[in-house]
Amino acid sequence: MAEPSQLTQHIESFVDSSCSSTQQAASLDAIVSFVKNDVVTISSLVREMEMYLTTTDSIIRARGVLLLGEALKCLSSKPLDAATIHSLMSFFKERLADWRALRGALVGCLALVKRKSGGMVTSSDAKGVAESFLQNLQVQSLGQHDRKLCFELMECLLEYYPHAVASLGDDLIYGICEAIDGEKDPQCLMLAFHIMEVLVQVFPDPCGPIESFASDLFGILSSYFPIHFTHPKAEEDVQVKRDDLSRALMLAFSSSPLFEPSVIPLLLEKLSSSLSSAKVDSLKYLSYCTSKYGAERIAKHAGAIWSSLKDVIFTSGQSFVLSFTPESLGGLGCQENEIAAEALALLEKVVIQNNDLFSSMIVGDEEINMVLNSITGCQSYNEIPLQSTQKLYSVGRILYVSVKASVASCSRIFQYFFSCLMESMGLPVVNGSGTCSFNDDCIISKRPNHGSLYLCVELLGACRDLVISSGDLASQCVSANETWCCLLQRFSTSLSKIFSSTLATSTDKPAHDADVYLGVKGLQILATFPGGYLLVSKSTCESILMTFVSIITVDFNKTLLWKLSVKALVQIGLFIHGSNESEKSMSYMDIVVQKIVSMISSDNHDIPFQLQLEAISDIGTSGLQYMLKIVTGLQEVIRANLAEVYVQGNVKSAKVIIHLLECYSNELLPWIQKYEVFEEVLLQFVVSIWNQIENCMAFPDGIFEKELLDATMKVMKLAVASCSVESQNIIIDKAYTVLSSSTFLSTKDSLSSLQAQLEELEDTQETNKFSSRDEWIHSLFTSVIIALHPQTRIPNIRTVLHFLMIVFLKGYVTAAQALGSLVNKLDLKTSGTEYSGGCTFEEAMDIIFGKNLSSSDHVSAGRSGITGYWSETGLTNLCLGAANSGLLEIHSIVGLAWIGKGLLMRGHEKVKDITIVFLECLQSNGRRGALPLEENNCNWDMRLSAMKCAADAFQVLMSDSELCLNRKFHAIIRPLYKQRFFSTIMPILQSLIIQSDSLLSRSMLYRAFANVVIGTPLIVILNDAKKLIPMVLDSLKLLSKDVLDKDIMYSLLLVLSGILTDKNGQEGVIENAHIIINYLIGFVTYPHTMLVRETTIQCLVAMSELPHTRIYPMRIQVLQAVSKALDDPKRAVRQEAVRCRQAWSVI
Amino acid sequence: MVSGLINANPVIYEKKERRVRSAPSVGDDEHAVEPIDQLELEARFVRVFIFLTFLNHIRDIKDPEHPYSLEELKVITEDAIEVDDNHSYVRVTFTPTVEHCSMATVIGLCLRVKLMRSLPQRYKVDIRVAPGTHATESAVNKQLNDKERVAAALENPNLVDMVDECLAPSYA
Repeated sequence: MAEPSQLTQHIESFVDSSCSSTQQAASLDAIVSFVKNDVVTISSLVREMEMYLTTTDSIIRARGVLLLGEALKCLSSKPLDAATIHSLMSFFKERLADWRALRGALVGCLALVKRKSGGMVTSSDAKGVAESFLQNLQVQSLGQHDRKLCFELMECLLEYYPHAVASLGDDLIYGICEAIDGEKDPQCLMLAFHIMEVLVQVFPDPCGPIESFASDLFGILSSYFPIHFTHPKAEEDVQVKRDDLSRALMLAFSSSPLFEPSVIPLLLEKLSSSLSSAKVDSLKYLSYCTSKYGAERIAKHAGAIWSSLKDVIFTSGQSFVLSFTPESLGGLGCQENEIAAEALALLEKVVIQNNDLFSSMIVGDEEINMVLNSITGCQSYNEIPLQSTQKLYSVGRILYVSVKASVASCSRIFQYFFSCLMESMGLPVVNGSGTCSFNDDCIISKRPNHGSLYLCVELLGACRDLVISSGDLASQCVSANETWCCLLQRFSTSLSKIFSSTLATSTDKPAHDADVYLGVKGLQILATFPGGYLLVSKSTCESILMTFVSIITVDFNKTLLWKLSVKALVQIGLFIHGSNESEKSMSYMDIVVQKIVSMISSDNHDIPFQLQLEAISDIGTSGLQYMLKIVTGLQEVIRANLAEVYVQGNVKSAKVIIHLLECYSNELLPWIQKYEVFEEVLLQFVVSIWNQIENCMAFPDGIFEKELLDATMKVMKLAVASCSVESQNIIIDKAYTVLSSSTFLSTKDSLSSLQAQLEELEDTQETNKFSSRDEWIHSLFTSVIIALHPQTRIPNIRTVLHFLMIVFLKGYVTAAQALGSLVNKLDLKTSGTEYSGGCTFEEAMDIIFGKNLSSSDHVSAGRSGITGYWSETGLTNLCLGAANSGLLEIHSIVGLAWIGKGLLMRGHEKVKDITIVFLECLQSNGRRGALPLEENNCNWDMRLSAMKCAADAFQVLMSDSELCLNRKFHAIIRPLYKQRFFSTIMPILQSLIIQSDSLLSRSMLYRAFANVVIGTPLIVILNDAKKLIPMVLDSLKLLSKDVLDKDIMYSLLLVLSGILTDKNGQEGVIENAHIIINYLIGFVTYPHTMLVRETTIQCLVAMSELPHTRIYPMRIQVLQAVSKALDDPKRAVRQEAVRCRQAWSVI
Repeated sequence: MVSGLINANPVIYEKKERRVRSAPSVGDDEHAVEPIDQLELEARFVRVFIFLTFLNHIRDIKDPEHPYSLEELKVITEDAIEVDDNHSYVRVTFTPTVEHCSMATVIGLCLRVKLMRSLPQRYKVDIRVAPGTHATESAVNKQLNDKERVAAALENPNLVDMVDECLAPSYA
């Protein structure tokens, strides 16, 4: 049999210390696989290894034992019979005494003890191992890895065989103490802490052996607290983080209540440590131990805990800084640092646990009472010295936390302090129990001081949060007739009056900011008490809402107050919406929402319009039904105003309406889209706008600002985009009906008339304008088309296509965008016969590219004096200048660009033809320029701009548009379409640029190239960086000649800097370093844009990182160029120049 | 050779809150000129660190714990810088921490080099010790404003290294 000899070979190579570690690992794997596949049994393996396990050569013996141990570790899932396990176990147990071969023995023991299936170690064996461990091992004298193994072994024994090892009793505990004492390695400590934790669980009996050792055990543990790494850098290398270690120690600390007498004093003492992490840790440990040790044991330390907690909160009190900004209204209004946060969390815990004890301590605390008494002395926020404000806020937080802790603590503490405060505010508590009536006519004599206001707000806030957090508690505590509820009921009205009066008397001075904030916050808390009107009466709630509304309508000059009030109303609305209280919701709707809507609709011009809109959009976000109300209200107003504009040409309402529309599209529609609601409302709105236009036959001329039309189009687009397919079908039908009523679609024989118009267009030079009504109709119609879903059915597509073509040829870009959207979304598969008026994709393409216009083509070609040179027809022809009018040519190029974009995004083949048209346009015009003086200067300019247009068409193709063809407007977007286009067009462009002989067409080709490069994701560019860099530089040079190209130049420069700073582009950059630097030096003085100069210099800084040998020759040139930039008129450029100069002067 | 620092425990002042420049109107006036002013120069200076390390560097004592910037030591304040962009003139007046500070010339040299590197060539730079703050005031002033001596100092590789080390963080 060949196997034994192989086995022997592997064993030998593992044992042989001259073999490399990879060889050893390989032979271990081989041996393990032999055993796994039952080629060799464990016992035969042991027999085979006999010599290595028993030899007197300690090195070989150690390797032998290690091999056996490692093999067992790898075989943890292989079933073994009890006898084998027993014999192996007893072997390893004895080996523990052999310190020379200890590693292997430990690994073996661990592997066996860890087994969970296929034969486990018996408990007597486990006990034997533990005994041998305790007898033979001096853990602390071993190396780190061996110590770790020892601890792992002990941990496993304690976890898996608790009963077996428990019988060892005191010896075990003593042995463990000895093993752990003095340990310093973090990884071992993690295990050691866990051993402590498990050890306590092994002896659950409180009077057992643990009790006598408790102080010893704790003595060992306590020396590790607080955990602090003296070399924080080293922490990164070690796997164990400080927080993990600290957590493990915390678990060990809290493992047994027996530790309590020593733990709590230690932790309290460490609270006064100067190390802030120690403070945080102490607090964390304390709160964890609190829950572990139980109320009784903690009660013993209550006094000490309270006084140290108080100290900590007071000393960390500088962190309690109130911010009086509107944003903080929703939250607590002050930032806490970690220590204070932990301290307050602990306070809450102990109050919950030992309510009576701690409540009476808080109530009886002298310091708190002193603060309470002293606050009445100072009237306003600014009078109070900083130190006492901090103290005040600390007290506020303490009260807040302790009141919020539980119902019982709430009654106790709230009752005591609240009565004090009421008295100090001049509202005497007449009678503790009894009637809950209060004299409403009570005159609030004096302005309440800041301190009382603040504490009141904290207490009320705590009460409310308590009630909210305990769900159905509201009814429960009122029925129990808790005193705090009575107090609250009694004082809520007068409190709300106090808060309101604070607001009423405040001015816009910063001195009053704090009071204003507190007043608003107090009112907000009162209005958001859960449980209906039980605690705060209906009239109070409503008067609070009315206060806020009146502030919004009247006090808009006090900025902070106004903002706070709006925010408070939003918060109240959110609360009411969330708590499903119909009655409150009704009154909110009536008082707030109704009022706000009417504020917009009435011609109230006192309030700045911007503020009105801000209020309306903010409050709308507080709940669905409010938003519905507001949206319908706003729509009503928009409609009414539009009608006025249509009929009377009211310029003033036109201005109003622009604001309204902007608010509608910028604030409300995004919200509606997010929640996908109110489709019905939107549909109605859109349809009603169409109705209005339909009904109004004669628009007054001349008053239509472009702005108004744009705003309306935007709203139309967004509103239609958020409708479903069904609603869109209705809308498009409606829109089409209106469109057909407009002048150029009014003739019945629409299709042929359109063709005629198109012919006309090709002939006539001037583009006749639409009437303003027609302009509105077609603009809105294009907006609808842009926003449609792909599934929406457009009636009479052919007519629509023709119509759109005419409109865009007249120079309306939106029509081109609509056409682009149309071809982007048109279904490729339908036959076009599924509904009347539909058409196939091919048909649509034919219409667009003019196959149907063949009859007219002939004529127009003849007329323009060019015969049959261009075989393409229609639109393509127009682009190439078939028409006489240069303007028409430009329009058709722009239109074609958008159509091309639509096709490109869906990944359609036809886009190739379109790009070829553009390219031809770029070249052909160059050729034409060489023709004799047939064309005058004016025409030449036209040609030039047409070429520019064709080059910029690539920008349209590659860039993302906000206006159409994006996700918002349901465009079909093929993944990576830009990358695809880039890789097809780039070789063509490159070869064309090389071939091109005319200067003009080359520069135009470069321009097109720049547009493509700018639009492509950088990562693709980086792959081709080497080839692209020279071309990018050339096009930069060309672009730098014209002022008008500064934006595109800047974008291209950004691409270049992207290449320079990325690692992937590095190779190409190094190769072209000289050229790049030469070109960049030229741009340092680019006069037109500061950004270009700045970016150029930044690029130069990036270049200075390149290998020394490549760039050193350029050093002098760069320094000369940059020293010129030191005198740049712009500061940012100078700063970059200083940095650049430094970077280059040190190389 | 004296061991120990000249001024082992300098008074450290809190950093003054930076004046914030009102946001420039971007885009509107591409060709508006923003002249070099006091604030800009200060911005360039305050980050000049005079490491105590560097003081120690000379004395071979390594104590990397306390790097202070000129601003923190109040060697340079905002008011101590006069700029006249139209006449291309800068005057910097600095205050050595102690009267006998032998570092005054080095600090002055650092300032001059920093200005030479970050201002256009048209500028004339004048660096002075604040009157009455240094024992050999006139000598230091003379040395700092002597073109030849500055040039000579910058020929010395040790000095240049030291100056570079001081200035390095100010370019960050």
